[in-house]
Formats: sequence, C-alpha cells, structure tokens
Amino acid sequence: MTTYLSGLIGGGLIGLSVALLMLLNGRIAGISGLVAGLGRDRGERWWTDAAFVGGLIAGPPVFAALAGAWPDMRFVASLPVLGVAGLLVGFGTRLGSGCTSGHGVAGLARLSPRSLAAVLMFLTTGMLTVAIVRGFA
Amino acid sequence: MSAARRLAAALIAGLLFGLGLSLSGMLDPARVRGFLDIAGAWDPTLAFVLGGAVSVAGLGYALARRLPRPAFDAGFDLPPRARIDGPLLAGAALFGIGWGLSGFCPGPAMAALSTGALPVFVFVGAMLLGMAAHGWFARRFEPPKPRGDRANVPSARVQLR
Repeated sequence: MTTYLSGLIGGGLIGLSVALLMLLNGRIAGISGLVAGLGRDRGERWWTDAAFVGGLIAGPPVFAALAGAWPDMRFVASLPVLGVAGLLVGFGTRLGSGCTSGHGVAGLARLSPRSLAAVLMFLTTGMLTVAIVRGFA
Repeated sequence: MSAARRLAAALIAGLLFGLGLSLSGMLDPARVRGFLDIAGAWDPTLAFVLGGAVSVAGLGYALARRLPRPAFDAGFDLPPRARIDGPLLAGAALFGIGWGLSGFCPGPAMAALSTGALPVFVFVGAMLLGMAAHGWFARRFEPPKPRGDRANVPSARVQLR
C-alpha cells in the first residue's frame, strides 16, 4: 500500500517536473530526446539540456540524503542482455521520437494520439518480451 | 538574465524528475519489469506513477495552453509532426523489447548513473551507441525532417495539442 502511495507521490513529482519545464522554458521533458540532443546540439540549448540531465542524475543521491537510504535496485538481466537492451532502447526511442517520459508522461498529458499509439505499442512489446523471457527462464 | 533562469529551471526540473523516480521505486528494474509481467506476479506500481505524473503534467499543460509563452523563453517548443507513422510504431516496438529485457527506460537509467552500479553503465553506454546508430541511419536513409526548433515555430502561440 505504501509502495503505491510512494508511486503516486513520486509520479506527481515527475509530473511537476514535466509541467515546470513546459511552463518555464517551453520544453518537453522527454529524456531520450534530451540525452540524444547532448550529442548534437550546441550553445545554450546544450547547456539547458545538460542542466536538466545533471539534475536528473543528482536525484538519487539527494533522495538518499533526505530519506536516509538509496532507492532499491534489483537488476533483472545479465550484462550482455543489458547491452542488447540498451541498443534497442537507444535506437528505438530515436526512431519512435520518444520514450516513457516524452510519450508516456508529456505526450499523454497533452492528449497526443501519436503518443498514445507509441505508449500502447511499447507496453505491448514490453509485456510480450517479459512473457517470452519468463517462458524460457 | 533569461538564460540563467532557463538554466536554473532546467536544473530544478531535472532534480524533481530524479527525486520522483527515486521515491516512486522506478529506479528498480525488477519493479518495472514486474509491471510488464502481467502473466506472473503483476506489480501495478508503475500505473500509479504514470497516473500521478500524467495528472500533474496535464494540469500544467492545460495552464500552458492559456499562456502566450513560457515564463523564461519566447515560445513553446513542440514537435511539429502529428501523424501516426511507421517509424513511430517500429521505434516504440523496439524500445518496448529493450525495456522488457532490462527493466530500464532512459529516465531511470540516466538517473541511476549516480549509483555507480556497473550494469547501469553498460545499459547507458549501449543506449548511447543505439542513439548514435540511429543518427547515422537517419542521415543516410531518411529525408531531412523538420525539427522542433524555434525557427520552425511561426508564432509564439502554439497549440499544445
């Protein structure tokens, strides 16, 4: 029960982040797009995107300082599988123009049919993948 | 001074995002994969996270729709394309497979770099390679497409939907 409550409040913080980046800077908080932009953009855009990503990376240690413990992490895949998964996530999020944040949070919040289609697609292939991997495990 | 404000706003928004991921349990690949495991011990936490995030972001975007421009910049920077097309669906499908295999998507993986755990660095390194591979692929095979740059936005007042 507390897990669901933490999820809801943590989700609210994520939503606040997405709302603030739009209301203050006019930008969509899509992590895959921001990270990819760091390899391409120059000038002020690079610095603001780097500031967002820097803040994101600072999140867990700041949380640890406030909560007294680091967030739980239990890895579910071997290093080679993580390598393959990373390639798929990197290539797929660029080809599909977004990930769980850009399509999942920002896109659904602006009621974008494109983002809804993307979310339904990645949820479907994600669930199928887990079902298949479990079948072999 | 606006540049400094934009920088500070981005930093604070990023920090809130990282705190939200930490609090919600979304840094934990086992929990994320538990949500995708509908045939097994299904863990609905991710639905609460997404519900909370979309509700608050939706309120913020509804407010943004009533504003002529963001507080610290000249206009809202939004993707120009609106069609559901092949690349969107194919890309989302590939992303979902990688997400299911690892329990990682880009936000939690980037945030988790600060934990210093080797598996996170392997995943993020491969993700950056995948992004670079797409950049090469796009330059080679796709016609140039309009980007969401400010130069492409004719008016500062852009509809958010």
